[in-house]
Amino acid sequence: MGLMDRMGTVVKSKVSKVLDKFEDPRETLDYSYQKQLEMVRKVKRGVAEVTTSKKRLELQRTKLRLNIEKHAKQAKAALAADREDLARTALTLKAGEETELEELNQQIANLQHEQEKLMATEKRLSAKVEAFRSKKETIKAQYSAAEAQVKITESVSGISEEMADVGLAVQRAEEKTEGMRARASALDELIELGSLEDSLEGGDAIERELAAIKEKTSVEDELLALREEVKKE
Amino acid sequence: MIIRLMGYGQYQLEEKYLDNLNRIDNQLVTIVQNNDQENFQKTYPKLIQYVQKHGTPLPDDEIHESQIIIPPDDLTLEEAKKIFTGEGILED
Repeated sequence: MGLMDRMGTVVKSKVSKVLDKFEDPRETLDYSYQKQLEMVRKVKRGVAEVTTSKKRLELQRTKLRLNIEKHAKQAKAALAADREDLARTALTLKAGEETELEELNQQIANLQHEQEKLMATEKRLSAKVEAFRSKKETIKAQYSAAEAQVKITESVSGISEEMADVGLAVQRAEEKTEGMRARASALDELIELGSLEDSLEGGDAIERELAAIKEKTSVEDELLALREEVKKE
Repeated sequence: MIIRLMGYGQYQLEEKYLDNLNRIDNQLVTIVQNNDQENFQKTYPKLIQYVQKHGTPLPDDEIHESQIIIPPDDLTLEEAKKIFTGEGILED
């Protein structure tokens, strides 16, 4: 048996569980409809979660880009001050951030795909649930018990299959955003570390050294100017 | 013939394409048996792309059972193994 047959068997066994649940098939209709409404809510929540995760990653991307820019500038300033060691440190940080950025771009693209898929799923399920609702009323009103049984089995099987599909899609989207959240927290720390500035303690080491160089240079300049003045007097 | 691509919905596919679909499916059986990660990642998308290429999506507001169900496009080799052993990837 191939993958397709196996998957079919897995889904069908889930569907038959729903069909076997009630003695009166009409109850199956109402039960299934309630489950469908729950599922629509679940998908909507899933879409919102994926959207939030994506926004968070995009925000991180913006910050990461700023850090990259900053470290590039620092490297240049360090080299101008003849401090190759400092420039090297800044460029190493920048390289690490660029790797992260690349990964982040990939993750954002993945979430984008997930988001689009889930939104299409929501649209599809909503349309099916609406179709089921009107069918359910028709079946209840117009068919004899025996006919109703057949109609109910048909439509409940169809929609249960859809529900199994949608349920799995939501579950997978949740797993993905969950994994993303853990990584995003780790990345937050890295970004925070790279963007610390001007704080007296524990600030960006390169920034501090560059500031010290600048200070020293301005003291030297002033001394020189002062010396000139004294000489003139 | 109605085929469900999990995560994408249902497609109508003409019977004449079934042989090719089965061929890819059989390749996958061997690949999963051999635990061949690389070929799995290359071959599995073909199954989905084949249906998307030759099939027509069913309207959203129609409710049908499918004759064939194909797992999600991000299926891993590990998950495929689980499907074969009957554990499945669906929650109860």
